[in-house]
Amino acid sequence: MNKTNRLITIIVTVILVAIVAAYLWDARSTVAVLSSTLRQSTPLVLGALCGLLCERSGVINIGIEGQMLFGAFIGFLANVYTGNLIMAIVAALLAGALSGLLLAYMSVSLKMDQIIAGTVLNILALGVTGYFYQQGLTTQGKLPTVPLGPLADLPLVGPVLFSNPPITYATLLLVMVVHYVLFYTRWGLRTRAVGEKPRAADTLGINVYKVRYWNVIIGGMLAGLAGGFLTLEAVGTFERNMTNGRGFIALAVLIFGKWTPFGAWGGALLFGFAIAAQTQLQLSGAVDIPHQFIGMLPYVLTILVLAGFIGRSRPPAASGIPYEK
Amino acid sequence: MNKTPILELRGITKQFPGVLANDNIDLTLYQGEIHALLGENGAGKSTLMNILYGLYEPTRGEILVDGKRLALGSPSDAIAAGIGMVHQHFMLVPPFTVTENVILGNEETGAAGRLNTRTAAKQITEISQRYNLEVDPYAIVGDLPVGVQQRVEIIKLLYRNADILIFDEPTAVLTPQEADELVAIMRELVAQGKSIIFITHKLREVLEVADRITVIRRGRMIGSTTPAEADQNKLAEMMVGRAVHLELDKGKATPGETVLAVENLTVNNELAQTAVDDVSFVLREGEVLGLAGVQGNGQTELVEAITGLRRVVRGTITVAGQKATNQSPRKITEMGTAHIPEDRQKHGLVLSYGIDDNLILNTYYQAPFSRAGQRQAQAIQQNAEVLVEKFDVRTPNATAAASTLSGGNQQKVIIARELNRPIKLLIANQPTRGVDVGSIEFIHSQILAQRQAGTAVLLASTELDEILQLSDRIAVMYSGKIMAIVDANKTSKEALGLLMAGVSE
Ligand SMILES: Nc1ncnc2c1ncn2[C@@H]1O[C@H](COP(=O)(O)OP(=O)(O)OP(=O)(O)O)[C@@H](O)[C@H]1O
Ligand SMILES: [Mg+2]
Repeated sequence: MNKTNRLITIIVTVILVAIVAAYLWDARSTVAVLSSTLRQSTPLVLGALCGLLCERSGVINIGIEGQMLFGAFIGFLANVYTGNLIMAIVAALLAGALSGLLLAYMSVSLKMDQIIAGTVLNILALGVTGYFYQQGLTTQGKLPTVPLGPLADLPLVGPVLFSNPPITYATLLLVMVVHYVLFYTRWGLRTRAVGEKPRAADTLGINVYKVRYWNVIIGGMLAGLAGGFLTLEAVGTFERNMTNGRGFIALAVLIFGKWTPFGAWGGALLFGFAIAAQTQLQLSGAVDIPHQFIGMLPYVLTILVLAGFIGRSRPPAASGIPYEK
Repeated sequence: MNKTPILELRGITKQFPGVLANDNIDLTLYQGEIHALLGENGAGKSTLMNILYGLYEPTRGEILVDGKRLALGSPSDAIAAGIGMVHQHFMLVPPFTVTENVILGNEETGAAGRLNTRTAAKQITEISQRYNLEVDPYAIVGDLPVGVQQRVEIIKLLYRNADILIFDEPTAVLTPQEADELVAIMRELVAQGKSIIFITHKLREVLEVADRITVIRRGRMIGSTTPAEADQNKLAEMMVGRAVHLELDKGKATPGETVLAVENLTVNNELAQTAVDDVSFVLREGEVLGLAGVQGNGQTELVEAITGLRRVVRGTITVAGQKATNQSPRKITEMGTAHIPEDRQKHGLVLSYGIDDNLILNTYYQAPFSRAGQRQAQAIQQNAEVLVEKFDVRTPNATAAASTLSGGNQQKVIIARELNRPIKLLIANQPTRGVDVGSIEFIHSQILAQRQAGTAVLLASTELDEILQLSDRIAVMYSGKIMAIVDANKTSKEALGLLMAGVSE
């Protein structure tokens, strides 16, 4: 444990030094890349947190992609028809919760194969949102940037961290909340117990099914929020299959983070950075490489990182196994 | 001991599909007594206790605690009524700390819902001092030896203020030393006012520690007795329904050619430390070599190396003249090796498979079970039916999942699989762990029959009685080395005990 902590400290220090150096060298591009990193990472973090809650309680969720898409679509529709962004966020959360309920019903109650249950969600989401989506719907705008008073005026950190729209702030907060809940509260202890050894939890009077249901539902809400981020905060409109694999990348990020919130956050930032850097490189035209190759950067990075860098990581022992009383 | 019943089970009946596991059982537990529950494998002991603890709902019957009816079918109600249980297979969360395991389900929280781990750890330390259950509250449970894990289970009960403690075969996985410690702990617990139901297959322990003894057979209550009125033979007879020969007459060994030769073998454990240190010995046809030692002195690693489950760092292993060093387990099996592994659930069975498939785990790819790559259902079923009958596996049918079998019957499935083919070398690691006296008699006679037929047997066991009864020669391991190989007829428990502690003359 101590060795990993030291390693993490070293890595974080190196990254911080690199950022400061880059800022001194080219302030504008650095700020642009970092802000974009944060924005790109937001749906990945939320998706990974969704997967985290599910898997920590023993349910594999490969339907994050579909849940995001539901959240994105319903949030968008709510925005179109009510014109109220708060209502739209609530709608995205609800859509996610409902998709979580469906997943929980399939994998916890029906004890379906969880890979199939997740696939059902993905296909369902793609079909339903694609079918009901009509072109030409317009919205009354998207979530605005909210600068946090004088903090926003600080150099470098101001524009990057303290001048963001609400879901981005909420995501940063959620990483900490989920970490705290998972490792320091009764809820978290029971969730982890149910994901590691449900029978032991059962013998202590803990209702395994209930713990799984709630975690999967709340996880679904986070995925719904990730979808809401796309339509309500980032783009402002809906497109078919607009999640574009983010739900699956979130899964990779979750594994990269060894099923911990901060680990997943780190993974999402890395991936977000790859996307941001790639965009920046293409825009600036600084290097003379065909843009297809630059576009590969995030994916190559994921493969490298997942394959080599992280070593062995172990999912919760009971993840994916339906509980038979 | 005073005579107020603290717990009464009345007419408990439990019907599983195809099995009547409990048939109208009455049981009374008095305040401050240790009540031993005896019975064959599959007699229904664990089922009865799981009903008491609320994990199963009985088909019929009622339970009174302190004269009040207990709501059935929910562990929470049982816990609230002061009932606690140490399960036959531990109910601990391996990656959790001791404290987390203890408080789980009964957590106290402070501001912002934060767990009071520190207070709980302090309470655990208090409990462990009061009852002599030494344990580090911050240790990760998965890293602890079984004896200590069991202490954690006991602390779990005490932390919940349980007054009625159920121990389901607590000593099956313990070394004799740990078992003695547990007996002392149980005495301490009743001295402090707890009442205990104690399940075991070791009759010696029963006679030593119980106040009363109840025997069940095939789900039915056979009778009650006390240690004063009974001896080992009488108890064995009550359990099995016939006289059991606890002493064996094994006859003289007639060792033949060398079957297993181990030379300068060095093997590491998971932490890359030397576990088997430059060990050499030979084992011949028709003899039993006992491997004695306190658990954790390299016996497990030695057996795993011989059976191909662990890498050999240095040295050679030869089985029947063929090089077996770092060969695949299948190759080694094909050389004529049979292996009864130490942990039946982890390495012996695929719990979710039926008995029939478990019986062909190492021969499934050969005729008659496979032809042209196809599974031969009929041959497999026939094989299963014959073996279930021959080895007396108690099960409704031969296709039942191994997980539904009682612990002892799971063991019999493994033994049936391993002994029912032509073998030259039998490696038996704790072959009678958790098995009833009738079946021990049976397993021992099977091992001796193998010896008679010319098989070389390596028997690792932490039970000195078992080692002394079956072995011709005994190798004692201490800290990775073989301290000595002695003649079984010319040694004593005391002499072995000294060797096991690392003292050599
Ligand atoms: N969940 C279950 N489903 C079906 N049958 C079961 C189940 N649990 C136990 N049984 C059957 O009930 C009978 C009693 O089993 P139980 O585990 O109570 O035996 P036991 O006395 O504890 O034996 P052992 O000493 O081997 O642990 C056995 O025949 C077993 O196969
Ligand atoms: Mg049992």
